[in-house]
This record gives sequence, C-alpha cells and structure tokens, in this order.
Amino acid sequence: MEPFTKLVAVAAPLDMANVDTDKIFPSRFLHKPRGSGFAKMAFQDIRFDASGQENPNFVLNQAPFRNAKIIVAGANFGCGSSREAAVYALYDYGIRSVIAPSFGDIHYANQLQNGMLPVVLPDETCAKLRTQLHDAPGAPIAVDLESQTITGPDDTMYRFDIGQSHRERLLKGLDEVGLILQHVGEIEAFERRHYSELPWLL
Amino acid sequence: MKPARTMFKKIWDRHVILDRGADDVLFYVDRNFLHEGSFRAFGALAAEGLKVRKPGQNFSTADHNVPTINRDRGLNAFTNPELRHTVIMLERNAAAHGIRHYGMDHPMQGIVHVIGPELGITQPGITLTCGDSHTSTHGAFGAYAFGIGASQLKQILATQCLWQQKPKTMRITLDGAIAAGVSAKDITLALITKIGTAGATGHAIEYAGSTVRALGMEGRMTICNMAIEAGARSGMVAPDDTTYSYLAGREFAPKGSQWERALASWRSLPTDEEARFDSEVTLNVAAVAPMVTWGTNPEEAGPIYSTIPDPEQELDAAKRAHMREALEYMRLKPGTLLEDIRIDRVFIGTCTNGRIEDMRAAAAVLKGRKAIVQAWVSPGSSAVKRQAEAEGLDRIFRDAGFEWRGSGCSSCTAQNGDAVPAGERCASTSNRNFEGRQGKAALTHLLSPAMAAAAAVTGKLTDVRKLLS
Repeated sequence: MEPFTKLVAVAAPLDMANVDTDKIFPSRFLHKPRGSGFAKMAFQDIRFDASGQENPNFVLNQAPFRNAKIIVAGANFGCGSSREAAVYALYDYGIRSVIAPSFGDIHYANQLQNGMLPVVLPDETCAKLRTQLHDAPGAPIAVDLESQTITGPDDTMYRFDIGQSHRERLLKGLDEVGLILQHVGEIEAFERRHYSELPWLL
Repeated sequence: MKPARTMFKKIWDRHVILDRGADDVLFYVDRNFLHEGSFRAFGALAAEGLKVRKPGQNFSTADHNVPTINRDRGLNAFTNPELRHTVIMLERNAAAHGIRHYGMDHPMQGIVHVIGPELGITQPGITLTCGDSHTSTHGAFGAYAFGIGASQLKQILATQCLWQQKPKTMRITLDGAIAAGVSAKDITLALITKIGTAGATGHAIEYAGSTVRALGMEGRMTICNMAIEAGARSGMVAPDDTTYSYLAGREFAPKGSQWERALASWRSLPTDEEARFDSEVTLNVAAVAPMVTWGTNPEEAGPIYSTIPDPEQELDAAKRAHMREALEYMRLKPGTLLEDIRIDRVFIGTCTNGRIEDMRAAAAVLKGRKAIVQAWVSPGSSAVKRQAEAEGLDRIFRDAGFEWRGSGCSSCTAQNGDAVPAGERCASTSNRNFEGRQGKAALTHLLSPAMAAAAAVTGKLTDVRKLLS
C-alpha cells in the first residue's frame, strides 16, 4: 500500500449528501477486473449522459476540477454497498482523500485499506470549504496526516480525528495482513480456548 | 459482581484476541461467507502467496451474478460470459482452498443471507462477516454480523482475524402490536424515516421490545437486514425460544449434548438489565402503516396514504437538496398522493424479503387475482423455492401472471442482468432505492411483499389493507 503522509492538491466541491457507492461505482461493472478502466467508471451515471457525453454540471467535468485529488462532499459519503470497487474507482481516477461530515462505515474502512485518507470534519466546515472552492475554482487544500490537519484555500487550519492505528498504518503504508500474522501465537492460543468453550463451531 | 454488559459487549469481549485500546483490537471472526464478488480477495491472496487459514469456517455460494431463468441449463443459462466466468472462478477458488461451496445447481444454493440461517451456520453469539453490506441480516440470531470490503475479506481468509474499532451501541425498542397488512418491512422503513440513513452510523444496533419478541425469525431478519440502511455497522436481536426452535435440527446447528451446551451459552447472551447503551430510540409500532419510498434513499418514505412532501418545506438544507434531486430523478411532484403513482413492474425477492413468510404474504394477496403489470418473484433460496412449491404458492403466483424465477440477488442490484429498464417504475421488495441501483435510470419504490402484490394487481402503489378486507 502506498503511504499517505501529506497532500497538497486541487480539491473538488461535491455538493451532495448520501453519495452512495452505487453512485460512485454502478453494480453493472462489479464483475470487471481492476485495470479495465475503473477511472472512467467512477461516478459513471452522473458524470456522463445516456449517449456517453460528459455532463457539464458534474464538478469533475469542469476544467479546474478535472485533476482534483481531493473531494469535499456532504454527509454520509460512501453509504450503502460494501463494494471496494468504489474505492478503486476513486483511487484510479486520482482521488487520494475525501473530506466529509460523515462516511458509510464500510466505505471508510475500505478507503483506509487502499492508502486513501477519509477526513471527517463538521458539516459547517465542509460547507464552508465547498463554498470557497466554488469561489476560487482550482484552489488547493492541504491534507497533512502527520499533524492531523487540513488547510483550506484561505489558509485556515482545521484539526481532524483519526484512529491512531489507522494513522500509523497509513503513514507507513503497512499491510494489515502482515501486522496480524505477527501475532500467530496469540491467535492460536485464542483459538484453542475459544473452540474448547464453543466446540460446536468447529 | 460483574459489570452489566450489553449483548453486543458480551459477544465483542469473547472475540478479542489483542486489545491495544479503543481503535485497535485484533478481533476473531467465527464464520465468513463468500460470493462471486470474492474474486478480488482470492486474487490478492494468490498474488501474495497466502493460504486460507480456516477453510472450515468459510462458506461460499453463487447468488449475485447467477441468472434467475433457465437454471436447468446450468452454466449454459448465462447469456453473459463474463458473469459465467465469475461463477466458475468462485467454484474453483472454493475447491482450491477446501471451502464448502453451494454452487448454482446445489439444492441449498441461495442468497448468502438466506442460506446462512437455513443451514444453521448463523448462530447466536458468533461473529460473522461477508463482503456484502446486508450481512447485518444474520444479527437476527444474536450474532455480531457485519459487511466488509475486498481487502478485509482477504485478511479474514488469510488470518480469520480483523483489526477493528469498537462501534458504539444503540438500542431500538419496538413496542406495540403490528396492525393487519403491516409487516417487518414497514416497521424498518418507518424506523429509517425516523432516524435517517445515517442515524445509526458507527453503531451496533440491538432491536428490543415486545414487537421484536412477537416476530418470527423471518421478520427479525428483515429488520436486521436494513440496519445498514440506517448506517449501522450491525443490527441484532437477542436470541430466545423462537431462535432456538428455528435452529434446532439444521445442518450446522449443534446436536445432542452439544445442543444443550450451546443452549446454555446462548441463554447467557441477552443484555443485562442494568447495561447502558450509547443511545436509545423507541418506535410505537401500533401506529405504523404500510410504507413506501418515494425518493432515492430508504429514508425518503411515507405511509401509503400520504402525499409526497414538498422539498421547499424541508428545513435541513442538505435534505432539501437531496429531495429535489430525488424527485427529479423519480419523475415525481410534491403533493402527489402515493396511491396515485402508476408502476410498470413488480419485483418480489432479495435478502430483505425473499423468505417463505414473504412468499406467503404476497401469495395471500394474489390468490384469485391477476397482475396487470410485469411481475417477477425470485425466492431467496432454492430451499425457499421448494418450500413455496410444496405449499402451492408458485401456482398462485403463476396464475396471477407472475414469473416464478430461480433464486439469486436478481433485480436488487441487477448485477446478473435482471435490470429494470431505464425510466421504468418498479415496486420492489428490495432494500435500496438508490439512483441506478436496479439498473441505469430505473425508478424504485421500496415496499413489503404484500404491498408489492397489491401494486401488481392494481398497477399502482396501493394500500394493501383495501385488498385484505
């Protein structure tokens, strides 16, 4: 996994709450292998019209935001289906961090598993950032995981919370399987005790 | 004296291998389910040279991508070779790793959240995962069950463990008698309308109260199934005699002296009286009427006798914006009576409402009546299908003009090609009315099986109580 430390990049304001994972990555592509053009599939049905033409109203189709690496969205981003393909599509498009007032739990975990940083900031802060990004299209936001801060286009700094284990793993780009397998002894001891108490589960 | 604990906390404590503080717990997974979407995790496993640590704790079935017609043709039933490939790969991966597989021809094949309970794999007190958000369904048995993505699925296959952050707890107390024509689906939609699609984000819900106790396992599963639609990590119901009599004798349920031991263990699970939850919600079920969604998330719903609300009257700006978009997508206007909305088709099935009680509820409405729109039933499992046929329900559906299909996820996600055509309006017993969920530009109204049957008969959203009297 690619480590995430600090990112200064163009941020796109996505003025939508409840951006579900079907919207980020439609079901009909779920059987496709990654590498078959996931960047193009990201937000497919709101990014393109029925004839495949770009929808000019969709923020990532607007010139200053095409190369955005950050999205600032409304509440409950990534709700719905557990499909990790939604994260692959965002990542392959170039997005590395999503800032929102809240996230769907499974999607939040999926972003962390792929070197993306989901940042939770209050609703008013996200709304303010989106307004600033509309007012100064193409303005950058700085996301610093080390110091757990976001710096907006007007240089205002905001602190965000993240689980310390998530932070460390992202900073170092550590693979969780490797971290679990360091504890094989403890897992084996747990299993002996667990299955002696609940033998019918074996 | 031991501190009072919630059922969730009791199950959590029993599965902690290593505790490094609130956000960093190495956590054991008792049972894991696989479906066609697991190809990404198996691919990653192979790429990293990892083996499946506990093949016996993993179970596999083909549900998301299987066709629901021409099933007697086996693999030749597929019209899309890419979808067929995912089903073949699942079978190969399961075989290569020694994992039990319920393939598309297996008599116990079905939607993963329907067959887990049918086989007795889902049990009280266990932790259970699947790469599917509706894994919360299994919580109906007093299990802590939650959905995961492909990376965490790979971790579970390789280690049977996950790093977890402990969720908060929420108790939702459902009290009151369920009125005629009202079902578990209506209760869960009423609840989501009340607390919102993010109302339980970061929480493990326990559903309690007299209504839950009176519900059978099917109804409890419907309610836990849609916990995720309120944003919850999981939904649970404490096990009781209803749970134990459902489980007794099922293939993977404990037998003989093991059964007695298991019962003693299960009876210790319910939340201690003094235990506290991080939040409490109550719902008066007696006041719940048949519900139907009008928007593009499960919170945008109302009782069937109501009208579509006006976004301009909504005080919350984000909700207002969502309602405007939803009504535009749904081609609906504020003030419209829900009962005046014409539909093009009906879909009955899914992990939410594809069980035998759901088949019975829909058939009770359809008996002696005809559907006037295209209508499909896809039973949640091959076992549900056989049971329904043994009861003669398939005859009722067929006589009413319904297509009696094979079991799978079908039109809920339309991954298998069972899509609702663009612009068509579908009354559906599934769990999500998101834009494009049932197919590109498909318009979805979520409702109960009885309400879906009523809509099929009248060709519009209809208060089923008018047909029951």
